[in-house]
Amino acid sequence: MTLTVNGVSRTFDGDPDTPLLWYLRDDLRLTGTRFGCGAGLCGACTVHIDGQAARACQSPMKGLQSKRVVTIEGLSPDASHPLQRAWMAGNVPMCGYCQSGQIMQAAALLSRTPNPTDQDIERGMSGNICRCGTYQRIRAAIKAAGADARGRTA
Amino acid sequence: MNVVEHVSVSRRQFLGGLLSTGAFVIAARVVPASAWGQDPTVTARAATAAFHPGVYLGIEPDGTVFIIAHRSEMGTGIRTTLPMVAADELDADWSRVRIEQAIGDPKYGDQNTDGSRSMRDFYQVFRVAGATARTMLVSAAAAQWGVPASACVAANHEVVHEASGRRLGYGALASAAAAIDVPKPEALTFKPRSAWKYVGKMHPAYDLQPIVSGSAMFGHDVVRDGMVYASVEHPPVLGGKVRAVEDKDTLAVRGVQQTVALDTFELPYRYKPLGGVAVIGASTWAVLQGRRKLKVAWEDGPHTGFTSAPFAEQLAQTVSQPCKVMRDLGDVDAEFAKGGRIVEALYSTPMAAHAPMEPPVAVAEWVNGKVTVWAPTQNPQAVQDTVAQAVGIDKKDVTCHVTLLGGGFGRKSKPDYCAEAAVLSKRLGKPVKVIWTREDDLKFDYFHTTAAVYHKAAVDARGRPTAWLTRSAFPPLGGMSDPTARFAGRGEISQGLVDLPFDVPNIRAENGPAEGHVRIGWFRAVANNQHAFALHSFADELAHAASRDPLEFLLDLLGPGRILDLSTQAPMYGNYGANVAVHPVDTRRLRRVLETAAERGGWGKRKPGKGWGAGIAAHRSFNSYVASLVEVEVDDKGGVRIPRVEMVADAGVIVNPDRVRAQFESAAVMGTGLALYGQITAAAGRIIQSNFHDFQVARMNTAPVQTNVTFIESEAPPTGIGEPGTPPVLAAVANAVFAATGKRVRTWPIAKALT
Repeated sequence: MTLTVNGVSRTFDGDPDTPLLWYLRDDLRLTGTRFGCGAGLCGACTVHIDGQAARACQSPMKGLQSKRVVTIEGLSPDASHPLQRAWMAGNVPMCGYCQSGQIMQAAALLSRTPNPTDQDIERGMSGNICRCGTYQRIRAAIKAAGADARGRTA
Repeated sequence: MNVVEHVSVSRRQFLGGLLSTGAFVIAARVVPASAWGQDPTVTARAATAAFHPGVYLGIEPDGTVFIIAHRSEMGTGIRTTLPMVAADELDADWSRVRIEQAIGDPKYGDQNTDGSRSMRDFYQVFRVAGATARTMLVSAAAAQWGVPASACVAANHEVVHEASGRRLGYGALASAAAAIDVPKPEALTFKPRSAWKYVGKMHPAYDLQPIVSGSAMFGHDVVRDGMVYASVEHPPVLGGKVRAVEDKDTLAVRGVQQTVALDTFELPYRYKPLGGVAVIGASTWAVLQGRRKLKVAWEDGPHTGFTSAPFAEQLAQTVSQPCKVMRDLGDVDAEFAKGGRIVEALYSTPMAAHAPMEPPVAVAEWVNGKVTVWAPTQNPQAVQDTVAQAVGIDKKDVTCHVTLLGGGFGRKSKPDYCAEAAVLSKRLGKPVKVIWTREDDLKFDYFHTTAAVYHKAAVDARGRPTAWLTRSAFPPLGGMSDPTARFAGRGEISQGLVDLPFDVPNIRAENGPAEGHVRIGWFRAVANNQHAFALHSFADELAHAASRDPLEFLLDLLGPGRILDLSTQAPMYGNYGANVAVHPVDTRRLRRVLETAAERGGWGKRKPGKGWGAGIAAHRSFNSYVASLVEVEVDDKGGVRIPRVEMVADAGVIVNPDRVRAQFESAAVMGTGLALYGQITAAAGRIIQSNFHDFQVARMNTAPVQTNVTFIESEAPPTGIGEPGTPPVLAAVANAVFAATGKRVRTWPIAKALT
């Protein structure tokens, strides 16, 4: 089967039940997508599949024929995505482990809802756990990035 | 992998100034090869650095300053913050500073990154390192120009002769500085606070950009050539052994190579691997699939009688009887016997799991009787000890590279998972990565213990206690190293039990026996969690029993500010290993954080009730003073929302304010989450919870919406940051729930009692 990952066409011939998470991490060495629970409960492995946020640990390879997968490494080449900039400006991460998933989830949220309310952010982000507790900085960074992106397209 | 460069000890005598903190061997400088090879040139460049006045700091001829971070980075920012201290004293340009993570080596002194003491123990060491290097660079420049050193100043990575305007960069001076005599520690001068460039200023974490780009390297990201993957089915009951294994279906899984039976530890369990059956294979997915198909029959061992509810009953029984006296002031019994009004309450807290977002993981490589480990560990020297013991080699033959940690909270001080990887690598003759799943992490943690805490007070006409008795009982941390341990150790009784700070004439604190049936380990704030929750809940109960405002009552209880001398009343008091002369228990500082939190939070401005309430508590731990004011809204269905938390900390000099602020925001989230939602329970010796659906942690929709952090300006030496935030939050949230609903919940998870 074939799919694209961060714009690169890839062929996969392993166990079709393999979750995308382990294909990304073990085969492609795209280790920015993190393992947190293996059960779709924490969001650390969030990527985009055809533009939608998805849990890589719950996405078997057999469902990904011709799909476009984007990981944190593909979000921008140089940490220049408005969310990445906002994340740095707000010093959001503590340990940093969950942050790729948080950013990918937030990117999907902003692409649907460019000007999210607090409620939109809570609804969109509550599937992503941060054990360090960076939630209020995440909320602020999403708002800042939304404003930044809107400013640039206006 | 490591470049060891021997330098003349005689030239390095000045580092005797660093020896005050312990074992700094300065005859060799080890430049750890980067565990993740972010920049292969780093090692070579560091090795040629001409000037390296100690293990912490090196300056290259091109001016690059290398500073070694010897403590582990798990989110506190310490990997950035300690080097900042040295860079500030050095007057270095931060953009030319490279931080290298130390391998485990006793020459760095203590590397066990727990107990909230990195800054307390190493602030001065890093200042000395920076000031020494600066002094030598200035001397070298002065000699070159033939002017007195006093006529020269260091400024932003160069030395300037003010009279002539001549200047030389640090790189150009490095070789000459390395050759000159070293100043004695007493000859060093430190920058005045007004000249601080980095300390006390907002400073982003060194790893910020790699983290938001996904390129930061955690333990899970380490890969070695020829590496195999391993996932271990552990005995479900502590100390259980494998009776029989059926692995036919496991071996049929594509990519699975073999299974390996692992010995169960001999007591004490300490950091030893649990034992069980390892599934080995070519990929993570293969071994996880293989494990699912593995059938193991277990010999369960001695702990199948452990079930949480009856165990909690037993602890409650224990604290209802006289226990071992750990603090005795006045005569509590005589006061109780007077027949005045008595208030009493029993609190109980369940087990909790650390649940760092990165589950335990380690890569180990056995080659010719030596082992190299790459791991997210809080304690690389314990990795050396534990691995050496597990595979039967000398600890000098264990090299431990420390990656970034995806959270720690105390779990990653215990390197059982590293030893598992080493044992398997020795057995298989290949590099092995051991991956723990979330289920493994929650079922086989070193749990924060379950506890019972009892409080009883005799009160006067105004409701003020004239006698106060407290007792706690919980399986002690000592059980790790001593299977017969039943009573809390010095550390645990010093965490909110014997150091009850209130101004009461008769006080007795007791600790009762309890046996551990799962692994018990320290968890962020440790015994402060159960003790502070109970103590400050009870103080709030006393206030309400007296119909007095909790804040006014607390300030009355604290009494006039004083230094609490526990030396005769509680001779076992440990003060977090710190000298009481330098870090006394000072109730003035406790009063001040409390008053400040009340002021910031607008205490008393809104009438509690009808589903809204605020609670307040202040607690000293890890030598820091923290007050917390929590507001809650409780809806008709018992759902809790936390619109605001005020955190006020007096932790001495604040080196990296933004990272410190983050730690107190973190404490508000973890503290409210722990008290409201989290619990781990056992049935027949087996842990019931398995993942984040049944072990609930704070999420964005349950965490405090806004946490404000205030620091008390202080000249006092820096004290704990990572842990002391949670204890007051635990009680403040319970007190807020009471204010909002009239329900006093004395056990966790609080939210469960509201629905």
